Amino acid sequence: MSETRTDAAARLTATGTATATGPVPALEARGLTLAYDRSVVFERLDLSIEAGTVTTLIGANGSGKSTLLKAFGRILQPSAGTVRLDGRPVREFATREVARRLAILPQKPLTPSATSVRDLVSRGRHPHQSMLKPWTPRDTEVVDAALAATGLAELAGRDAGSLSGGQLQRAWIALVLAQEAPTILLDEPTTFLDLSHQLDVLELVRSINRERGATVVMVLHDLSLAGRYSDRLVVVGGGRVLADGAPWEVLTPDILRSAFDLEALVVPDPSSGSPLVVPALRPESTSDFRWPSANRPDARGLSTAETPGEVDGTRG
Amino acid sequence: MVIVTLIALVAAIVIALLGIVAGSSSLTIPDAVRTLVGAGTPGQELIVIELRLPRVVAGLLVGAALGIAGALTQTFARNPLATPDILGVTSGASLGAVAAIVLAGGSYSVGAGLLSLGLPLVAVLGALASSAIVYGLAWRGGVDSYRLILIGIGATAALGGITSYLIARAKITDATAAAQWLVGSLSGVSWSSVWPVLVCLVVITPIALQQSTNLELTQLGDEVSTSLGVAVQRHRLVVIVCAVVLTAAAVSASGPVEFVAFVAPQIARRLARVGRPPILAAGLVGAIIVTGGDALARGVLPGQVPVGIITAIIGAPYLIWLLTRRKERETL
Repeated sequence: MSETRTDAAARLTATGTATATGPVPALEARGLTLAYDRSVVFERLDLSIEAGTVTTLIGANGSGKSTLLKAFGRILQPSAGTVRLDGRPVREFATREVARRLAILPQKPLTPSATSVRDLVSRGRHPHQSMLKPWTPRDTEVVDAALAATGLAELAGRDAGSLSGGQLQRAWIALVLAQEAPTILLDEPTTFLDLSHQLDVLELVRSINRERGATVVMVLHDLSLAGRYSDRLVVVGGGRVLADGAPWEVLTPDILRSAFDLEALVVPDPSSGSPLVVPALRPESTSDFRWPSANRPDARGLSTAETPGEVDGTRG
Repeated sequence: MVIVTLIALVAAIVIALLGIVAGSSSLTIPDAVRTLVGAGTPGQELIVIELRLPRVVAGLLVGAALGIAGALTQTFARNPLATPDILGVTSGASLGAVAAIVLAGGSYSVGAGLLSLGLPLVAVLGALASSAIVYGLAWRGGVDSYRLILIGIGATAALGGITSYLIARAKITDATAAAQWLVGSLSGVSWSSVWPVLVCLVVITPIALQQSTNLELTQLGDEVSTSLGVAVQRHRLVVIVCAVVLTAAAVSASGPVEFVAFVAPQIARRLARVGRPPILAAGLVGAIIVTGGDALARGVLPGQVPVGIITAIIGAPYLIWLLTRRKERETL
């Protein structure tokens, strides 16, 4: 595997495609146009992901975060432009070679039936195998390590279908770890997890980055967690990058207002010092909407048919 | 799983021997074995080699082809209801064959042209044409299995409608011939109908087995399998072509034998206790079902009952029994 990498690096310097300044980005979008059927999500987007960093894409619902991640992960073919992986257009690589360099965990992977956790995680080794090179002891070592890193060693023999949501998500991350790709894309890896398990997953992501030097690009919804665990935040919306930079540069009241339509305070997180987004209390009279009087739920959750115009008493 | 496959192989051989002795002549299994190794009387040789053997071998091959095709389609579509029928293969073959029978019987020159090609060839052409159309209609920068299934169901209904129309306006003798073909039967087979199926199986089975790892990985969804280095669309096309060719070959030899492609992979999967239908075992179970069903029809039941009826009557309750017997929660 190391041979192929040096090959690629040699070819890279030979063709001179790498920029003269700085190292080759792990991932790079150049003039990327992404569309589903005829609705364009991004138009001529340029974005470069530095190797060895944790970047989180944030943005409102429907802003195209996952679409962009899918394009980076070659799941979505761009209508125009190119995605470059380690300095070369991703389409120039053989599909298995891409799989050795880049792993993507989608939002909703399908859990196979009658498959143990160990078997599921073992499938991450596929890109490293071939007819001539079947399963080796090293593959077993890597799978064991991935199971241990995700705290699944004791559940290895269980049927994957019987795991809880948090355990299953860790199993998928273990599969990605077993793939040993230096660049990892994670689409909302913390969805459906309680806060403690969200932290487990993000700590794990951080350690993969620190200990293995992996490049991580992920999509998260929780802005404060994104700020706590990322080197860089990229805010997308309206088909372009709205803001891009370190967490303290991006998570500002102005940007939150324009990108998320959110009034919020940003204060230092007392525990980590990273930006903590605190949504402002919304004034009560912003909406003209009123429950129809007959069905208006009151504070006790009962349906009453009392005098209309009564002020909602749940706040204050 | 290896053990299940070996047991199925032994069972298929036993069933084949039973298939050779089943019928009106008084043959025993030792007689049959002796004749097969070349030590039988001329009379026995006529019955075994010329009459029974092609039928039994055709049953084995047709069943194996349908079983493997079923395992491939059910696995790639991640849906046990996805038999090769939904790819339009069977309905296309049926329309081709019925059109040949009905139109050739009438005064249509096109029909006479079709029939001169031979019924099996017309069926194969119909199968390939309709499955190509279904695949083409399902293509949208790639083929999604749900889309393919829905379009396949639509195409099957439309082609079935045309087939029914042809039968409804046909002469009664042609309609009877068409109906007999549509049930699926081994009564008309000879050595010449065995060879094409054999060639297809010999060519396709290794390709199908070689796709086995990819089939396993695509169970994790298109996105994860792409991430793991599977060229999903190319893999899917290979699998579909394999299933279509196997089914077309089987159907051209025997007509559409109901239910085998659906039930054989599921039986094999449950016997082997694995997550997805095992390809070889599904083929062997298919071979057992078709050969056994035909032997039963000839040896036990009165009259000439086509094997297609037996497979549906016996296969379906067996699957239901398998489903109710196992308590573990598993999706069909």
